[in-house]
Amino acid sequence: MSENLLEVKDLKVSFFTPAGEVKAVDGISYSIKENEVMGIVGESGSGKSVEAYSIMGLLQQPGKVVGGSITFDGEDVLSYNKEQYREFRGQKAGMIFQNPMTCLNPVYTIGDQLMEALRCHDKSISKQEAKKRAIEMLELVGINNADKRVDQYPHEFSGGMRQRAMIAMAMICHPRLLIADEPTTALDVTIQAQILELMKDLQKKTGMAIIFITHNLGVVAEICDRVSVMYAGHIMEQGNVNDIFYSPAHPYTKGLLRSMPNLGDEERTRLIPIEGTPVDLLDPPKGCSFGPRCEHCMKVCLTKKPPLMEVGEGHISACWLHVKEMQEQQKAAKEEKA
Amino acid sequence: MSEERKKLVEVEKLRKYFPVKAGFLKTNYVQAVQDVSLHIYKGETLGLVGESGCGKTTFGRTLLQLYTPTSGKIVYDGKTIFDGEKGIHENMHPYRRKMQLIFQDPSASLDPRMTVGEIIGEALDIHKLYQGKKERQDRINELLTQVGLNSEHSNRFPHEFSGGQQQRVGIARALAVEPEFIVCDEPISALDVSIQSQVVNMLEDLQEQIGLTYLFIAHDLSVVRHISNRIGVMYLGCLVELAESYELCAHPIHPYAQTLLSAVPMADPVKTRSRHRILLEGDIPSPLNPPSGCRFHTRCPYATEKCSQQMPELKEYSPGHYAACHMLDKQ
Repeated sequence: MSENLLEVKDLKVSFFTPAGEVKAVDGISYSIKENEVMGIVGESGSGKSVEAYSIMGLLQQPGKVVGGSITFDGEDVLSYNKEQYREFRGQKAGMIFQNPMTCLNPVYTIGDQLMEALRCHDKSISKQEAKKRAIEMLELVGINNADKRVDQYPHEFSGGMRQRAMIAMAMICHPRLLIADEPTTALDVTIQAQILELMKDLQKKTGMAIIFITHNLGVVAEICDRVSVMYAGHIMEQGNVNDIFYSPAHPYTKGLLRSMPNLGDEERTRLIPIEGTPVDLLDPPKGCSFGPRCEHCMKVCLTKKPPLMEVGEGHISACWLHVKEMQEQQKAAKEEKA
Repeated sequence: MSEERKKLVEVEKLRKYFPVKAGFLKTNYVQAVQDVSLHIYKGETLGLVGESGCGKTTFGRTLLQLYTPTSGKIVYDGKTIFDGEKGIHENMHPYRRKMQLIFQDPSASLDPRMTVGEIIGEALDIHKLYQGKKERQDRINELLTQVGLNSEHSNRFPHEFSGGQQQRVGIARALAVEPEFIVCDEPISALDVSIQSQVVNMLEDLQEQIGLTYLFIAHDLSVVRHISNRIGVMYLGCLVELAESYELCAHPIHPYAQTLLSAVPMADPVKTRSRHRILLEGDIPSPLNPPSGCRFHTRCPYATEKCSQQMPELKEYSPGHYAACHMLDKQ
């Protein structure tokens, strides 16, 4: 077993708005090894992007990390100064964003932007050399005629190709960690399929770790090794992809899987939605954040946060039901003994 | 039962081109919808899927005459409301009561300066559907309850609601005039996963209660398959395949429909990783300058020379299963 590449421990991120403190991420922990794809699923407002931004040091005012630690390869990321962060971003960890059009500079050619990333981190590299590397990188991400394309502007690229260019840019310095924030959400399904194949392929070739943030459970099933399910700033359940899809433990995960129609289903059955509306983060519930919408809600759920319990090997879930179950098991065992 | 089913909407060779200035005295056309023919039975849900830019939204809006069709024929409930050849162009005002539209982005389609009561009441005002003030308010309250909101919501503004609730307001507005036919243009794509199923269930319930007919436009095939009786697949303005929804998803015969289906990720890790996936080369061509012949031939793995010269017609290959592809003729 290899060492953890990235370790996030009890991370807390808050936004201090005029209306009050919004706890966007409220104490999440996970780790990721090299060669692993970790999926982070959640609805909008669950804090999945905020968490990624705080790893990259890209949090904007009024957001602030208020607690916890992030360790990358043994180094404490949160204690980095500006210079160190600059070195970290791009060289050690790359990031792909949801909308490639807003992330590429429209007045520079794709080649310029790729070369900028490269020359930022290695000043000794010559322009010709950088351009050669840029072309190689474009070829690697599957762009035809890369030597011509390298001198084109973002508007001359189609949506799928722009996303490929973004991936090329994020990977040109061979980072060991790639954070992909909804990289396929803005794309059509056939293009999404192409990009997913590409990312799987690149991951195999380079052995980097990927944090894949998405709200689409289908995409998670496709590409991830491990999955964290987030809701209102908390990790509700975490485990191997098979555990999450075939034996989900948390009522929220179960509800999500049940509420989606699946192309694999044989017959038409009525969908079972999760009732209620998403959490208002300005005024979050006191107990379990999913409590008010949960069909198994008990008294304790409304007053106290549930602990993360191990429900299988490497499979954890935060729900009072597990505590209850365990207590019952212990009771039964005691009675048996007696 | 299919023999006796009444056709509510019939569309023949509907075409919509948008002019684009290409220079002095020169105009090009975006060929958004190219000769689409289909019909929708009363009480059914017809799903329409395709990638962005395939003309599915334009088709829906042209059908409602929000855009004037370039050519073609639209028959609603036995009466021709548009015929390009004969120059028939009916006044749509009475038909607006029967045909309504639900939009994709609920926050953009509700006036931020009107209260929910005013938004829904406006539809009632236009068609003069009430006798007095009290009746108007009662009707608004009734509609709000019907979509799962309550009457005190009528004095609030759209921004006070969550996305799912805003979409409910949009649906209540469409229902206000007691329509028979609703075009749902991506009604759930802007919503969160856990809210989507609430709205889908509500649309199904409403259909059962009031006997609505839907044209359900979306790009998410798994949702479309769930809600629709039949599905049409569009590519670059053309209808390429049309069949019963489960038949289409189990046995697609057009190469594009096959590709589209194999690209949809399934929430089942073993199945989704083991199945064969058809990957297309390149991107969708521009509708400004679409390929000659079959519009899919530039990306089709089975394309022959005939495909680049002649546009295939939509033919029935098995009962109720239509497709437009030359390859299928040979078999």
